[in-house]
Amino acid sequence: MTIIEFLLAPWPWYFSGFLIACIMFILFFFGRTFGFSSNFRTICAACGAGKKTTFFDFEWKEQRWNLLFLVGSVIGGFLASHFLSDHAALRLSASTIAQLKEVGIAFDGGLNPAQIFSFDFMFSIRGFLILLLGGFLVGFGSRYAGGCTSGHAITGLSSLQTPSLIAVIGFFIGGLVMTFLILPILF
Amino acid sequence: MKALKFIFTGILFGIIMTKSEAISWYRIQEMFRFQSFHMFGIIGTAVAIGIIGVSLIKKYKLKDIEGQFIVIPTKDKGWKRALLGGIIFGLGWALTGACPGPMFINVGAGYLVMLLVIFGAVLGTYIYGILKDKLPH
Repeated sequence: MTIIEFLLAPWPWYFSGFLIACIMFILFFFGRTFGFSSNFRTICAACGAGKKTTFFDFEWKEQRWNLLFLVGSVIGGFLASHFLSDHAALRLSASTIAQLKEVGIAFDGGLNPAQIFSFDFMFSIRGFLILLLGGFLVGFGSRYAGGCTSGHAITGLSSLQTPSLIAVIGFFIGGLVMTFLILPILF
Repeated sequence: MKALKFIFTGILFGIIMTKSEAISWYRIQEMFRFQSFHMFGIIGTAVAIGIIGVSLIKKYKLKDIEGQFIVIPTKDKGWKRALLGGIIFGLGWALTGACPGPMFINVGAGYLVMLLVIFGAVLGTYIYGILKDKLPH
């Protein structure tokens, strides 16, 4: 396998995990910290939410670097999907495909099911509410917990912080409840 | 240059997350159903290397490019907020298949519907900011 072939194929977990740790170290080296969900708070503050609510009344311009990181990540998603992909179907495990089929969600080989992430679904009342609610839970939960996957699961666990371990356990309780109890009702 | 380095790091992050398929709704479902090692491998490797790196940063008192000692921020101690907030986050993570980073990376990868999910997340953050003092922490 050449380097080009390696880069175009999906990256193995150990390679990806190593690189994600590197992102955290690069940000440390730049005098910053890895925490993506903080951007939502910054966006609220930049929109003027600080006038009414003290939680958003902070020097959000000091967080501009994280918004730049955000912009970069969008570009990265574009570059990877257009120029670093072999366009092969996702190799999802057969048991997940079967279980999702029972729930009523088809596996179409893409990164995300077109059944959910399409304008058709978004412009249906049910689809609109599901996507909005999903985002709402992530936004509300990450700020309540004080971090998301990058802040708690990666940075917090790497620095052996107990609140982060509790948060990650919470992530999984919520995720399991959604996957096995709520998803079958919603779809 | 100051701005460019953050954009560049973000680009790397977006590429890594896309190529690792960690931005995939299907992969997140596979993780919560414990049917593949892939996502656990990614997070586990990142944390294992992270623990080693952070301990080296502390041991050798490493400095950042501005000459300041690298300090890893400490999370608030409250376990209630971590658990309750974590559960709410997990519900959303399994539903949308995306934590905050992947929401934006997916937009770049062409899943424009994620913009509505992002709007929901900004709204959720805003409502948290309003209700903050009334919630157990």
